[in-house]
Amino acid sequence: MQLKQICKDVREDIVTEIGTLGVGHIGGCLSIVEVLVLLYFKHMNIDPARPDMPGRDRLVISKGHAGPAAYAVLANRGYFPKSELLTLNKNGTNLPSHCDMNKTPGIDMTAGSLGQGFSCAVGIAVGSKLRKDGATVYAVLGDGESQEGQIWEAAMYAGAKKLNNLIAFTDYNGMQIDGTTDEICTLNPLDKKWKAFNWNVITVEDGHDLDLIDGAISAAKKSKKPTMIILKTVKGKGVSFAEQAKVGSHSMSVSKEQMAAAVEEIRRA
Amino acid sequence: MLMRDVFCNTLIKLMKSDKNIVVIDADLAKADGTMPVRKAFPKRALDVGIAEQNMASIAAGLSSYGFKPYITTFTPFATRRICDQIAISIAYAKQNVKIVGTDPGISAELNGGTHMSVEDIGVLRSIPDMVIFEPVDAVQLEKALPVINAYDGPVYIRLFRKEQPEVFGPKYRFDLFKADVLEKGRDVTVFASGIMVAQSLEARRILKEKGIDAEIVNVHTLKPIDADTVLSSVAKTGCAVTAENHNVIGGLGSAVKEVVSEVNPIPVISVGIPDCFGEVGKMPYLKEKFKMTVSDIVAAAEKAVSLKK
Repeated sequence: MQLKQICKDVREDIVTEIGTLGVGHIGGCLSIVEVLVLLYFKHMNIDPARPDMPGRDRLVISKGHAGPAAYAVLANRGYFPKSELLTLNKNGTNLPSHCDMNKTPGIDMTAGSLGQGFSCAVGIAVGSKLRKDGATVYAVLGDGESQEGQIWEAAMYAGAKKLNNLIAFTDYNGMQIDGTTDEICTLNPLDKKWKAFNWNVITVEDGHDLDLIDGAISAAKKSKKPTMIILKTVKGKGVSFAEQAKVGSHSMSVSKEQMAAAVEEIRRA
Repeated sequence: MLMRDVFCNTLIKLMKSDKNIVVIDADLAKADGTMPVRKAFPKRALDVGIAEQNMASIAAGLSSYGFKPYITTFTPFATRRICDQIAISIAYAKQNVKIVGTDPGISAELNGGTHMSVEDIGVLRSIPDMVIFEPVDAVQLEKALPVINAYDGPVYIRLFRKEQPEVFGPKYRFDLFKADVLEKGRDVTVFASGIMVAQSLEARRILKEKGIDAEIVNVHTLKPIDADTVLSSVAKTGCAVTAENHNVIGGLGSAVKEVVSEVNPIPVISVGIPDCFGEVGKMPYLKEKFKMTVSDIVAAAEKAVSLKK
């Protein structure tokens, strides 16, 4: 119940961040709200007062353009004041479009050139194994991002080395900039691909259902292999104009009227 | 001793005291000489297979965890193939990764054009925060590695794999950011790097017979280039030659020209790979073909002197 309210707050903050600026990657931010909230408010061993705490769990948002979603969750978790969210992409901001570990407290890895963040997460998982500190490393991948070859280099290595401290998610909303993923270069069968790379694979049919995602993460923690949790999500989830824009919601302009209507819609839901 | 063996032995020595060093290969440990690390420190020696992009970003992840990863492969794969990973995962993200590329330029010999990096320095020199280092002999490499290991930031080590003629004696003192004036001279400065340094010293002897007194400077760090030493040398000599095992575009020649053109524009003649791709061949053949011999350095020096006002 409480997590559900946090999701609503985070959604409202994402819409406000991007709406205040007038443009942004709204679709792919709204599609990963539930998983980020579950990680930062339930599963991850972290301390907002000590973002650099050694041995903490880490999260790499490999689809780096979902920065605004991460910032909304981090602000709600207490990493920095919520007022800072309104500086998104303003001159001199600490909250750039794409995640930057050297600017934003709580961001564990810089990402934005697709495919690289996931490889970095594999490196972090190797590092944790070497340190024997028991940390869990999480990574959020885009479905379009999974067309990058580097994703599969990293997947092959993590599977081969049985990095079971690595839990990844695919935000499978089925859309990318130029069209649907099926139109452009289909990922199907995505679950079989990951299985073939020696990963434990869990498909969550409703990627916005907190209980289902929660159960998948708990199951993944017991795996002897790295786990890929495929989240079947909706791009722009919870905001009608973004959902209706479909592939257009990847990066779109948001008017003040749309922002107000969206906030209203989220509060009512 | 082979340069790659000096590299590996020195690294193993450093790994004994520095527990954060990790060595990552991409299926070229035998060629790069890093195989002994696996025996000495099996847990801190990774091989990701033939996946250089993954190697670079895994290294960045390890660095974010406090490790000091060294990634090794041939120069073309260590630079142009993973240019974006070096730029974003490593340099932009401020990760402390050392990139070791072996077989630079014409030293790729029988691996030919695909493996002959003519552009690696140019590729990395335009990425902010990169340090680019090319050792000239075993003495310098052995003294440089502890300094490079202590430096917090990305460094590209451009490593000739085989034996190199000795230029430095045991008393040599290494400074990562200071070029070495090997021989003083009045008429022309030869700025040289890597395998071209010994040749430049030979060229000096021939030039002396021709009445030209050449100053020889070893530029082991190509970025940031030691502008003070470059400028103070040409202030005295008034003209220069650059000699490098790299395309004349983007490497040492360009770096020297960038420095002097803004402060003291003087004639600079570049000796190096003349903006063309490499090909299969032994080094003597390739040096002739690309006009990188001792007599080419001599001719360039004479030309530079003749262009002085």
